[in-house]
Amino acid sequence: MVTAALSLIGLLVAVYLSLWKAGLLGAIVCGTGGCETVQLSEYADFLGLPVAFFGVGGYLAIFVASLVGLQPRWADRSGPTLLLLVLSGLGVAFTAYLTYLEAFVIRAWCRWCLGSAAIIGAIFVASLVGWRASRHPTA
Amino acid sequence: MGRAMNMKLFYLALVGIAAVGVAAIWGARRSINGAGATSVTSAALASVGEYEGFVLGSDSAPVEIVEFADFQCPACARFAILTASDVKARLVERGLARLRFHDFPLPNHGNAMPAHLAAACAGEQDEFWAMHDQLFYNQGRWSRESRPARRFREYARAIGLEMGQFDECMKSERQRARLEVAKAEATALGVGSTPSFLVGDVLVPGALPYDSLKVLVEKAAGAAAQ
Repeated sequence: MVTAALSLIGLLVAVYLSLWKAGLLGAIVCGTGGCETVQLSEYADFLGLPVAFFGVGGYLAIFVASLVGLQPRWADRSGPTLLLLVLSGLGVAFTAYLTYLEAFVIRAWCRWCLGSAAIIGAIFVASLVGWRASRHPTA
Repeated sequence: MGRAMNMKLFYLALVGIAAVGVAAIWGARRSINGAGATSVTSAALASVGEYEGFVLGSDSAPVEIVEFADFQCPACARFAILTASDVKARLVERGLARLRFHDFPLPNHGNAMPAHLAAACAGEQDEFWAMHDQLFYNQGRWSRESRPARRFREYARAIGLEMGQFDECMKSERQRARLEVAKAEATALGVGSTPSFLVGDVLVPGALPYDSLKVLVEKAAGAAAQ
């Protein structure tokens, strides 16, 4: 449940940044202006696509996996939990790379990106706890 | 029974989160369609005009879009990179509007004035728009440098300026007085942030998307025709 709620919030953040990147929103809501510096930098694209698009895909995958894991037929299986752990682990690694770029290369902070980093970190921790619990059931 | 009820509440909570998020994004989308627009009085419009800025398009175009911009402003760069090409191709080149760039270097941007000087010096050699593009497309590189002049020379060389004249213009800062007039006029019109757009007598702050500018141009054209 925790990962589903968090991934939905992350998905909304990623959709917001994607729409802004696509030119469909006005000025980005960001107190320091660092968001635009980051989003307009040469590092805002990855493999030819805006980074925010990868966020949409990643959070959507985590959201769907979370909902599937909540269904009765999947509740006792470890597959969805393991998938969540892998997806959120990849997300954390990618986010760590992006945060490094913000800190040491672009030298500007995007609050939305930091918010997303906190969300994917929390999803990873929740997935890790869920995975450990699934390996050592109490009942 | 208890689990089913919990799941229902959980799904309701998800729907609530989604609804709030979509509403917030929708609100942000709506805010670009004229929110914050103000009318500029004819007296205020008549009181300015000494600073001509730099113009793209025909003098006979029925509507003028005045862009008040700062070369160090990220939102202005976003407009230049994402939107300006549409404005040029679909409004300016079709004769529906002309685009006037009005310098408005903000005091809180330390490298803005040197950048505007570089553009104005390029303008002396009829290459303002080429320098304009260099400055906006490379904003992330020069905006945080302590000595951006070196970068500006690179851009000047890249666009084929006569470097002796460019260097002399930059050193003498002879364009600074014109830029101060530009700032004063923008302030007198009520411009408080960049980018801002004046279309007809409507002043709108924010990096407007193409569709919003097109609507403003059509309204201004309609008003002018009456």
